[in-house]
Amino acid sequence: MGKERTAVIGVGQTKYASTRGDVSMAGLLREAAYRALEMAGKTWDEIDAVVMGKAPDFFEGVMMPEIYLAEALGCVGKPIMRVHTAGSVGGSTANVAASMVQSRVHETVLTIAWEKQSESNAMWALSLPQPFTTSVNAGAGGYFSPIMRRYMAMSGAPDLIGCMVAFKDRQHALKNPYAHLQQHDLTFEQVVESPMLWDPIRYSETCPSSDGACAMVFTNEAGGDAHDGPVAWIKGTAMRSESNSYGGRNMVSPAASEQCADDVFAQAGIHDRRKEIDAVEMYVPFSWYEPMWLESLGFAEKGQGWRMVEDGSTNLEGGDLPVNTSGGVLSTNAIGASGMVRFAESAMQVMGEAGEHQVDGCRTAFGHAYGGGAQYFAMWIVGATK
Amino acid sequence: MSDNGMRDIAIVSFAQRQQAAIPTESEVEFMVPLMAAAKDAVGLTQQDMGFTCSGSSDFLAGQAFSFVATIDGTGPVPPISESHVEQDGAWALYEAWVKLQCGDVDTAFIYSYGKSSPGSLRDVLATQMDPYYVAPLWPDAFAIEGIAARMLLESGKVSERQLAEIASRSRANAVSNPHAVRSELKTVDEILAEEYLADPLRPSDIPASADGGCAMVLAAGDRARELCDRPVWIRGIDHRIDAHTLGARDLTTAMSASIAADKVGVNDDKIDFAEIHAPFTTSHAVLTDALGLGEEVNINPSGGPLAAHTMMAAGHIRFGEAFERIARGDGDRAVVHATAGPVLQQNMVAVLEGE
Repeated sequence: MGKERTAVIGVGQTKYASTRGDVSMAGLLREAAYRALEMAGKTWDEIDAVVMGKAPDFFEGVMMPEIYLAEALGCVGKPIMRVHTAGSVGGSTANVAASMVQSRVHETVLTIAWEKQSESNAMWALSLPQPFTTSVNAGAGGYFSPIMRRYMAMSGAPDLIGCMVAFKDRQHALKNPYAHLQQHDLTFEQVVESPMLWDPIRYSETCPSSDGACAMVFTNEAGGDAHDGPVAWIKGTAMRSESNSYGGRNMVSPAASEQCADDVFAQAGIHDRRKEIDAVEMYVPFSWYEPMWLESLGFAEKGQGWRMVEDGSTNLEGGDLPVNTSGGVLSTNAIGASGMVRFAESAMQVMGEAGEHQVDGCRTAFGHAYGGGAQYFAMWIVGATK
Repeated sequence: MSDNGMRDIAIVSFAQRQQAAIPTESEVEFMVPLMAAAKDAVGLTQQDMGFTCSGSSDFLAGQAFSFVATIDGTGPVPPISESHVEQDGAWALYEAWVKLQCGDVDTAFIYSYGKSSPGSLRDVLATQMDPYYVAPLWPDAFAIEGIAARMLLESGKVSERQLAEIASRSRANAVSNPHAVRSELKTVDEILAEEYLADPLRPSDIPASADGGCAMVLAAGDRARELCDRPVWIRGIDHRIDAHTLGARDLTTAMSASIAADKVGVNDDKIDFAEIHAPFTTSHAVLTDALGLGEEVNINPSGGPLAAHTMMAAGHIRFGEAFERIARGDGDRAVVHATAGPVLQQNMVAVLEGE
């Protein structure tokens, strides 16, 4: 007896913004959860369990917030779990929730991931001094910029590839009403001329800090078949972790990334990744990670990912492998939710529900998240048919 | 396969360490030997593990992404299939059990840990409360349990003497437990003579705070039988949550624990003993009732959390204590329980059976 086929039948997101002062944390989560339930045609009574993810508790200063959020999520008398795998958490949470159905432990599960960064100071939360440990004091950009520099040196990519990714994603975001950044008047020149933050990353090549939540409803094969509405079938899920620092670690294309991708593509029976995948939602908080991940995930040969950016292959308009048509993490980063948004957006693509940022004829889509020092990975592949 | 279509999953090894304070070692330092011990007991390496899952809390570590350091203790090179819950390790075990039920892996490694001695746990736990209306008042965990304890006493369901009997029995049971941090014998009258700490709770009514952690290996079906002489099967496992708002629930009961107990068939057969995650004598009394444990059931032969309570691992350690007892033949069928949140808000119940 293999795994139960599992379907996504509902996706719900909040409007993302730097400050959602109009709602509490509970209100924010209900907004996403209700939209997912409405699309799924389900009520709280029909949800067997909830799996929640978010990034560090210090971001909002609430320890184990699933405890506080139980009532808001309709969980009283039900199971709720809380996943935390650093920046990959939204993706991991979706995968754990999917396993609840795949294992036949539950029939219908709601999964939700969120961050309300306006109620916190993320730099403070990430900079708490520890005895016997040197603080990086550089933020994530400072940590990742030397790795991006290494990629540029290895691949010979032109200097403005990062700007091209950022401009593309910000243009895509204009087609997504939920996206945080809506920069209608932004020009490519403005991206290039924006202040350098962590060389090679300019201000306009990095992600914003957002409030928001994303939810999905999963159900079993019978539920997916019976569902009167769009369905995304889960074709494969995978997670991999590795140590952040060890001799020989390839930080440009970590072994955990490559093995996680190999696993999920094998599960989905995909051989030619670029041809068989119609849309990609990948975790790109800093622009240069698009070409880097294109290579690491096997969509491009090593050293060639930047050419796909340069020739427009990853654009919604005219590209053969559109990447982050939702605007991606570069346009919205409610950290704990960001991975789940990638998974949810890939599901919406195969459901044909992505609105203005829909990829025409999308049948198979890839969702991706990473976290820690690019050492935690979560991925899935969804399809329009079983 | 069992009757309900689920795979047979067993605990096959366990290692723990608990002491009142571990001041000179980091979480990674004290977890590495435990991780090794649990794997060595069944002759496996990290690369033999189909899945790995851990439970811990950033708030206890005082650091965001604290588990990222601890994962290095597993030796995740080459990369491993891995996950983490920001919950007691009992929920990490549950996630691994679900993963094993999916059928793609046959072994899983689970660990959990907490080091609360550098801070004041009763104050840290106030940050679990509703962040807008309750947490700003900074109500400490003992004070909140004190409110529940007063309601319990006034309901007539239990007396102060009965609570003292629970505390006295825990101490007596803990004498033979090398991991207990509170095992000095005290009579019921000696306990009743203690000054209140959080009226009506006395020092003996509260958990024996400890630092430490545990590590465990799970395996499915025949793989479990290959790995040890007497696998301890997880016959049922379920968890539920109650409302968070203290005024929205009856604090003298634990509805979610009762639902979970019913789901796993706690009382479908004879119970040899129970290991319950009851941090307070009051929670012990409420759970005995909620789980339907009769007077004949030996509850917390290890002494339980009144004897050693390692935050984030205490529920997981209940599974380990029950495993060890059954594995050495001191019982065949046990009830295990884990909790989280104020006043038994979230509860997990499992039934374990020897081969």
